[in-house]
Amino acid sequence: MAEVFWPPQGSASLLGGEHNRIDGLAKCIGSAKYAYDVVPDNMLVASALSCPHAHATIRAIDLNAARNMAGVVAVEPLKKEGDEIRWEGDLVAVVAGETEAAVAEGLAAIKIEYEVLDHFVDDTDLDAATEANVTRPAGRNTQLQNRDEDADQEFERLFNEAAVTFEGHYGINVITHMCLETHGSTCESQGDKLVSHLSTQNVSGTPGQIAGPIGLTAQDVTVHCDYIGGGFGSKFAADAWGVTCAQLARNTGRPVKYMLTRSQELKNAGNRPSGFLRAKIAADKDGFVTAWDSAHWGTNGTSGAPVSQGVIPYVFNPPNRRRVATGIRTNTSPARAWRAPNHPQGCAITQTAYDDVARHLGLDSYDVFLRNLSTVGERAPIYEDQMKLAAKLMDWKAKWHPHGKGGQDGSVVSGLGMAIHTWGGGPHASRATCKIHPDGGVEIFLGSQDLGTGTRTVIGLVVAETLGLELEQVSVQIGLSEYPSSGPSGGSTTVGGVSESTRRAATAALNLLLTKVAPRLEADANQLEAVGGKIQIQGNQNRNISWKEACGQIGISPIEAQGEYAPRVTYPRNYDGKRLTDNGVAGVQMAEVAVDTETGVVKMKKFVAVQDIGLIINRKTARSQIYGAAIMGIAYALFEERIMDKATGAFVNAELADYKLPRLGDTGEIVVELYEPESEYNRGVIGLGEPPVISPGAAISNAVCNALGKRVSVLPITPQRVLEAISGGA
Amino acid sequence: MSNKHVISLELNGDAVEFLCEPRQTLLEVLRDILHLTGTKEGCSNGNCGACTVLFNGRPVVSCLVLAMECEDAKIRTIEGVACDGALDEIQNAFLEGAALQCGICTPGFIVQAQALLDENPNPSEDEIRFYLAGNLCRCTGYDKIVRAVQAAAEQRRAATTAG
Ligand code: FES
Ligand code: FES
Repeated sequence: MAEVFWPPQGSASLLGGEHNRIDGLAKCIGSAKYAYDVVPDNMLVASALSCPHAHATIRAIDLNAARNMAGVVAVEPLKKEGDEIRWEGDLVAVVAGETEAAVAEGLAAIKIEYEVLDHFVDDTDLDAATEANVTRPAGRNTQLQNRDEDADQEFERLFNEAAVTFEGHYGINVITHMCLETHGSTCESQGDKLVSHLSTQNVSGTPGQIAGPIGLTAQDVTVHCDYIGGGFGSKFAADAWGVTCAQLARNTGRPVKYMLTRSQELKNAGNRPSGFLRAKIAADKDGFVTAWDSAHWGTNGTSGAPVSQGVIPYVFNPPNRRRVATGIRTNTSPARAWRAPNHPQGCAITQTAYDDVARHLGLDSYDVFLRNLSTVGERAPIYEDQMKLAAKLMDWKAKWHPHGKGGQDGSVVSGLGMAIHTWGGGPHASRATCKIHPDGGVEIFLGSQDLGTGTRTVIGLVVAETLGLELEQVSVQIGLSEYPSSGPSGGSTTVGGVSESTRRAATAALNLLLTKVAPRLEADANQLEAVGGKIQIQGNQNRNISWKEACGQIGISPIEAQGEYAPRVTYPRNYDGKRLTDNGVAGVQMAEVAVDTETGVVKMKKFVAVQDIGLIINRKTARSQIYGAAIMGIAYALFEERIMDKATGAFVNAELADYKLPRLGDTGEIVVELYEPESEYNRGVIGLGEPPVISPGAAISNAVCNALGKRVSVLPITPQRVLEAISGGA
Repeated sequence: MSNKHVISLELNGDAVEFLCEPRQTLLEVLRDILHLTGTKEGCSNGNCGACTVLFNGRPVVSCLVLAMECEDAKIRTIEGVACDGALDEIQNAFLEGAALQCGICTPGFIVQAQALLDENPNPSEDEIRFYLAGNLCRCTGYDKIVRAVQAAAEQRRAATTAG
């Protein structure tokens, strides 16, 4: 019978190869249909009205004029009189109409009277927030090597005895998800059933979210999402707009499309919390951090939670550490999971401090990171290996100069920086059904989704590998909530979840087939294997039948088998038994930048990313994920930020014209290296979406600091902040 | 209906006529009236390039072009890039080079690259980066897009020399 575990490294026929995406063709010719590409006949379009105030209560709301406008078919209030609006851009009412023009006129006819209230949007200044009474304690904790000592005295002693002691200020601003396809859906009401073509990272989990509020049950709602134009953690829920679209379709009996505008998207549909930190740090003469004493703060919107304490400092765990966290409640929309929640901020505001240890001591940053690896736990040897690899690819030793001491080319100085990261990436729960048809056709069904990461192709490859077929022979069916349920795609959990359930389903289906074929080959099913489009006696190519012939033995009904993965406890790192998937990776990134000291412009010269991810199913899409993550990292390191106007409380750059993102000329050379010794391969499949997006902020900030000899405290490192750092003391 | 106008143009090689309002953009007409949804919308104000189409051979962002400006124009969209069922070199290079992830920016990039290679069959890396700078991608990594355009240019030149 077929073995469920992966073949040993080097012996798979498809796994680990370079494979094109099976949906790449549809995306290249424009036939891939996203939620907003579904245009049923007789469709209405809908759009929302946003509140212009950062904080207000609704005194009166009058929708009658809007309802009576020509071309307006329905108006749904999202807020009622007395409701409090807590951020600028919050959605108040939705108009559905025959054309976009009619909807625009309907929206303009809505009359709302607000009572404007005080607002607070500044997350950068902890003192101002404390004074405004919008802070809340978010935990403090102390770890001392000499546990019985008084913390204050012990820190004082450590700081006095250290070879170097310094104070630093670091920060990273809020950014948005900026999915190129905004949030929204097209809904079709069919009697008591409803189909929502929803732009979602969570096909299996959203029908229930839509059904309840519109008076249906989950089995009456089908969510369909073949393609999604970006999610990055912001599209797990059906959201108020998904529910309202469904409600409008039910109420009007006509299909309705309701997508957020770009500005509504940025103001409502997801952002990443900010992080700011003041720290006092002590280190020995080799750069080993002996004491860390920090206070950090930030905002995730109205509830006011900062970056988690668990990532302060990030990856490193100094022997003496005190950290105090404070959240700031701001009149800004609630944050959502953004690729690797907490980690990019933790990395950016603390591994910059580790780099400053090197700066203050005149040491090579590489050596300081290496010196502190003894505090990272069991993954230290992997980091060390990956650092060597990255340094070689960057040519670190040849290019390195102490901070601020490189040569100057006109007004341009260059520098190197690095950072390290970690992530889980263990699988989510997943179920799959594999069908083998009597004519040889193979189908696999999962209520999963492909965010562009290559999930569809990965599923196809696992089935093809298991059945000894080519990728083209497998039909992969995902993107529909009617299929066996699979977890939401977030946190790098998808590839593990779907590959495990798929492998189990395909193996079970194959074993049923082998049982049917065994008599034809006059063998026991246990002796058979599926290889190269044939079923054969193991290791004996001469006794075989073709796949098609084998499937001819099935009878009239197809073979159908299920595979399931339910999350279990993480394998210990020294576990050497077989497994399909695992959890936990490391990664090292290095950046080289050029900074023009006259203009303050930072240019990326080179970026190196070394990443382990266990067993790689599709090398091409794995690499592609890392390139993408590196560029998203360059974006938040150098370009993008949400800019709030303190006076009005408005999010002033909530359009693509004003929200700066890198373009093709801004990214420099990017080198991606997959770290895959046999020991990592044997751990099985681990997710990859999050880890490579964590380190760029710190690595690039450190490179800028190495170039200038001064720290630009807050990301993104805009020309203005560079010039301020140059003219300031830091 | 009275304020609607009939517009005739050539779309992907075919003569097409449609009714539109004066305020409707070419993007809206392509997507909502003609159901050619390969052309994507990312911002509707000219800042993402997802809606790029060729207007008499030149790339334009269709969200900033009024449909009424297109009378008698030759418009080519992503649906008209592949010819006779065969992928164009650029489409092929995007596919082979994994120069796409979610794919929502891909049609805009491919159409813009089409215009580049029509204008300059042998662009340098800097020229590619400059010409495609109006197109935004949030997920792929621009690197692969540049490599794909280079590969496509090379393939086209080889085909021209051979032919
Ligand atoms: S939709 Fe036209 S440029 Fe963005
Ligand atoms: S591939 Fe997603 S925006 Fe470019």
